[in-house]
Amino acid sequence: MKIAVSSSAPNLESSVDLRFGRAKYFIIYDTNDNTFYVIDNIQNLEAAQGAGVQAAQHVLNENIDALITGHCGPKAFKILSPAGVKIFTGLDGAIKENIEKFKNNKLKEALKADVESHWV
Amino acid sequence: MKELVIISGKGGTGKTSIVSSFAMLASDSELFNPIFVDCDVDAADLHLILEPEVLEKNDFYSGKLAIINKEKCIKCNKCKELCKFDAIENNLISKIKCEGCAVCAEFCPQKAITLNEKLAGEWYISQTRFGKFIHAKLGIAEENSGKLVTKIRNQARLTAQAENSNLIISDGSPGIGCPVIASISGVNAVLIITEPTVSGLHDLQRVYKLTRHFKINSYVCINKFDINLEISKQIKDFCTQNNTKLLGKIPYDKDFTSAQVSKKSITEHSNNNSSKELKKLWNDLEIILKGD
Amino acid sequence: MKIAIASGKGGTGKSTIALNLAYILTQEDNITLLDCDVEEPNCYLFLKPEFADNKKVYRNIPEFSNEKCTGCGKCVQLCQFNCLALVKNKIICFPELCHDCGGCKLICPTNAVTESKQEVGAVEYAQINNLNFVHGKLRISEAMSPPLIKEVKNYANNFKNAKLQIIDCPPGTSCPVIAATEDADYALMVTEPTPFGLNDLKLAVDMVKELNIPFSIVINRSTKENDHIIETYAKQNNIKIAAKIPDSMKAAQVYSKGELIVKEMPEFEQYFEPITLLIKDLVK
Repeated sequence: MKIAVSSSAPNLESSVDLRFGRAKYFIIYDTNDNTFYVIDNIQNLEAAQGAGVQAAQHVLNENIDALITGHCGPKAFKILSPAGVKIFTGLDGAIKENIEKFKNNKLKEALKADVESHWV
Repeated sequence: MKELVIISGKGGTGKTSIVSSFAMLASDSELFNPIFVDCDVDAADLHLILEPEVLEKNDFYSGKLAIINKEKCIKCNKCKELCKFDAIENNLISKIKCEGCAVCAEFCPQKAITLNEKLAGEWYISQTRFGKFIHAKLGIAEENSGKLVTKIRNQARLTAQAENSNLIISDGSPGIGCPVIASISGVNAVLIITEPTVSGLHDLQRVYKLTRHFKINSYVCINKFDINLEISKQIKDFCTQNNTKLLGKIPYDKDFTSAQVSKKSITEHSNNNSSKELKKLWNDLEIILKGD
Repeated sequence: MKIAIASGKGGTGKSTIALNLAYILTQEDNITLLDCDVEEPNCYLFLKPEFADNKKVYRNIPEFSNEKCTGCGKCVQLCQFNCLALVKNKIICFPELCHDCGGCKLICPTNAVTESKQEVGAVEYAQINNLNFVHGKLRISEAMSPPLIKEVKNYANNFKNAKLQIIDCPPGTSCPVIAATEDADYALMVTEPTPFGLNDLKLAVDMVKELNIPFSIVINRSTKENDHIIETYAKQNNIKIAAKIPDSMKAAQVYSKGELIVKEMPEFEQYFEPITLLIKDLVK
């Protein structure tokens, strides 16, 4: 399974970035071989609007199966859900720990966006 | 590190005057070593009281702007025909009307149009008598955005780390759109400044809903509470019903203006009732921020 | 004749000036008042009218035919507003981000894009004695107000009984303000005599200058001690001060209850007189 985690720094020791669209980085973690790589989200961070849409497209292009983040708005949800990506929101703290929880099925899947759309 | 943001749905409620008083009180506090941010970039006024000395100036780019290369342009008018924003006149693109959609650039037969990052304003790191201050200035017809607010808040966190600061106080954006969401996300406490008017109450309800939504602790302060005691009572009832603390009630006070004129916060300017009320309000906020 | 009432920031008294001015002018003639602050329309709170018409307003948004779309992604690449995404070879569109630039329709190689309509809000109209009142109410969670503002203005142009339109503009200097102000013949810039008021006034002045609209200043909550803040700036920049409305606790109380100041405090009408004279002169 490949998971994307929104992150404020490009390593597993940092904490989950509460924002999805305007997160600084995404950690793409592969649970099969416990490896990861980092994609930077600078372009979306800089978007004047629609950061969530582009960020969703961005992680989707990495063929992920799950997303771990703080808040996920309805637009990103609308893109990721039909693509079969499981979304886990409301998370903070160390990325490492969240990935462990994910592996042990300790995270609860979000069935809808946890924040309202903030358009611009 | 703690973050406190002060917001108000509506303009003209005295938010910035109150923030400047907190800036003074926080810098005098033994508990905190604060820095300040102005996220109200549409009507950025806090600098008028804090009188910053700019240490570092940065350009802020947002959105795109189309530019016609005159040498390549054959004046075919295709761009004018396709532009839905009436932004092109005499082979010139209006900076105000262009929305940076790229249609003209895409369909120009001569490839004479390029899209450039649009310089939308500047942001600064400054020194003030109360501590470091991060603020910004937008160009005409430019809109405050979640992007700019996020940018200056990120910078504030970096500056706070570098300065060993343990508190960021920010003057929040107005309204209920993206900028205000960007200014309150992830903060420890939000103080909503309202006034007892029909529109003040209406805007308080909207902005309160937003803070609930993001599960952020919010507190309310009524400015000019004595201009309409009946609506002040309604605001109080609203707070009780929603389990939100009404932390302060500041009377209608002409010193808000005279303090501004002398470029001082109210608490520096006078020691009248509103100044005392602000100090009490700050003490309560200190306890909240310390304990949280 | 279209007169825009504008200000750099909220809370300076734009609506107060527009409403009281409209009230005074309708004593003599028919006029039209437009509330173009469609995100926070509040003139109606003071007029408490019964609306005679409610017209829904739509804007263009793209619609994608799944049959014709090949999933080439050209539209996604072109869209500068991040309103499109390509998921499993299908386009997902977020119309709330769409600026109606028409790019996706133009670039689609298989004609899979058609124009459809989305509701942005409503224009409402009421007749109150000699006043034609029109305002727009933006749908909650709708971010694109300029199309609605334009529709409010189109609607107001239908009234042939009134020579004068007073436009209550949104605050600030961004797109919605420009949509409300751009075709005005004259602008009244409402400010208050404080350093904050001056700072925001300067921004608003830069905007009307950019739009080439002649203008003058109205000082609201005017006081003897502080008016010099605005007066000095006005003098240096050769800008006329059209009127001064004095600061008054009683006026603030009247406003807080949602009442009209000149109605409750007729002695205030004199302060509006220079503006009404100016307007009458302009209409001629």
